[in-house]
Amino acid sequence: MTHAAIPVTHVKPVAMWGVTGVAVLFGAIFAGVMIGETPLPPRMVLAVFANRLWDAGHLVDPIDAGIIWSYRLPRTLVAAACGAGLALSGVVLQALVRNALADPYLLGVSAGAGTGAVAVSILGLGGGLIGISAGAFGGAALAFLLVAALARAAGGGSAQLILAGIAGSQLFNALTSFFIAKSANAEQARGIIFWLLGNLSGVRWPDVSLALPAAAIGLLACFWFARAMDAFSFGTSSAASLGIAVRPVQAVLIGATTLMTAIMVSIVGSIGFVGLVVPHAMRFIVGPRHGRLVPASALAGAVFLIAADVVSRILIPGQVVPIGVVTALVGAPGFALILLHNRRRP
Amino acid sequence: MRLAARDLGWTTGGKRIVDGVSLDIEPGETLGLVGPNGSGKSTLMRLLAGLAPRPKGTVQLDDAPIETLTRRQVAQRIAFVEQIADTSEALRVRDAVELGRTPWLSALAPFGEQDTQIVDDALAAVDMLAMAGNRWSTLSGGERQRVHIARALAQRPRLLMLDEPTNHLDIHHQLTLLRLVCRLPVTVVMALHDLNQAMCCDRIGVMDGGRLVACGPPAEVLTPQRLAMIFRVQATPLHDPFDETTQFRFRCLEDDI
Ligand SMILES: Nc1ncnc2c1ncn2[C@@H]1O[C@H](COP(=O)(O)OP(=O)(O)O)[C@@H](O)[C@H]1O
Ligand SMILES: [Mg+2]
Repeated sequence: MTHAAIPVTHVKPVAMWGVTGVAVLFGAIFAGVMIGETPLPPRMVLAVFANRLWDAGHLVDPIDAGIIWSYRLPRTLVAAACGAGLALSGVVLQALVRNALADPYLLGVSAGAGTGAVAVSILGLGGGLIGISAGAFGGAALAFLLVAALARAAGGGSAQLILAGIAGSQLFNALTSFFIAKSANAEQARGIIFWLLGNLSGVRWPDVSLALPAAAIGLLACFWFARAMDAFSFGTSSAASLGIAVRPVQAVLIGATTLMTAIMVSIVGSIGFVGLVVPHAMRFIVGPRHGRLVPASALAGAVFLIAADVVSRILIPGQVVPIGVVTALVGAPGFALILLHNRRRP
Repeated sequence: MRLAARDLGWTTGGKRIVDGVSLDIEPGETLGLVGPNGSGKSTLMRLLAGLAPRPKGTVQLDDAPIETLTRRQVAQRIAFVEQIADTSEALRVRDAVELGRTPWLSALAPFGEQDTQIVDDALAAVDMLAMAGNRWSTLSGGERQRVHIARALAQRPRLLMLDEPTNHLDIHHQLTLLRLVCRLPVTVVMALHDLNQAMCCDRIGVMDGGRLVACGPPAEVLTPQRLAMIFRVQATPLHDPFDETTQFRFRCLEDDI
């Protein structure tokens, strides 16, 4: 029967990859909860999960239970959400801007978030009514609006968006340094620089309830528009002739990406290189079609950031290395490898 | 599908690139657009396909004004092969042709067996089936052109717009492409540079300075007088006894001065 043959050949690999992906993600989350300065045995982690999820009543040291449930699990979940979100932002921007360099940080979003955070924490903007995260979100949105307006005024092409993003990033980074130099004492300056380099140690459950939905919505939007992003391969004009409503699709995808990045940056600070390296590495493995690139990048980004967070916790005993430093230390050589591998042959 | 354009115009930087073009395209016909470089052929085709921003005038597809259709609905009717379109993505030939199915698919209507068949047919039509797995970056200019045309065919349009489709093609593929295009049961509008090849169209439109200065059967439109005026060449009609056709041989008018 031909009818039976279709699902067997077509659906099975998709389902298989889906199950594998989810298994890998759960494995990474589990490892992220286990590994740390005090390694915790898998049985204890399972026991705590069982206690929390269905009152299993296993006997666990309450301090260990606290580390697992209130500290490591939310931290690992946020790392996964941020990694997926930043990687997806990179996928979207590289597809729409048609530039391999595009990533959420290039468009000034993270620089603006930094300025917003500094304005709140050092200048006291908002009079204590708004937190650092809210300040970062406002700064990110403001920076992106400025960059988008400048790019539009300059003609609205993808090169213009990148150039405007560079100008915006420089401006907001300079503002951040200016505020720090002008008003911060040594203690504050150290704290804010630490935050700017990315930091997950303050993450708790409320952050999870912000980061997970943001990543989920971003993933859904990317799945929904996977074909549209494929259609941009030959440029916007070609996309239009393939039936893509170019402006609305660009607006929705870039808007969602900015929102997602702003939320992530406001929770964990700026973590570079994920949005740049992960999509390129995944293109290399699963190819350029977005039907595969989107889930692969989301998964790889999540696993990559969980791993980077673990490394940042255990690299120097008794001290947390900023996660942005870890991602850059791994990401820069990784990117160099991809560059060398993809070099154009004469 | 019938396309009716009235008083089409497009202005940029205060310059009229296309001006006052009215044109009816009948179902199933092949219309060739000829004209010197920069005469507005590409822009007119973009206007006809509803792809140019801020157009003047109206385009009707059957009875629907084009601006009342969504981009997706237009793309289900009209496929457009641009003069230049390149990618830096590591796409393969089949990927590029599968893009042609975009207007027929959605997140809820995924790529199916029938789409695979249509893509295979399109690849076969341009003689690229054997190269379906090759990377875009490794293709020659002519092979890329054929893949673009396959992509447009995979779109299963009722109107096919080709902007200088024979560019980059070797003579064999130029002729097979034109034969393919003329035999397709769809309406075709194509910009051509080779006036002898344009003779195989049902009608020819001549563009000059953004205006459609003549439109009709090839023998009526491409007269030696008009060719002298528009292209500044002297055209000598020659008889080819092989298939009893008339071909032009051209000389630069300036040469005679
Ligand atoms: N987007 C644009 N901006 C400015 N000038 C344009 C644009 N598109 C086309 N032109 C100009 O319009 C004229 C006609 O272009 P085109 O339609 O491509 O001619 P053809 O295809 O007949 O060679 C050219 O002089 C070209 O420089
Ligand atoms: Mg042209």
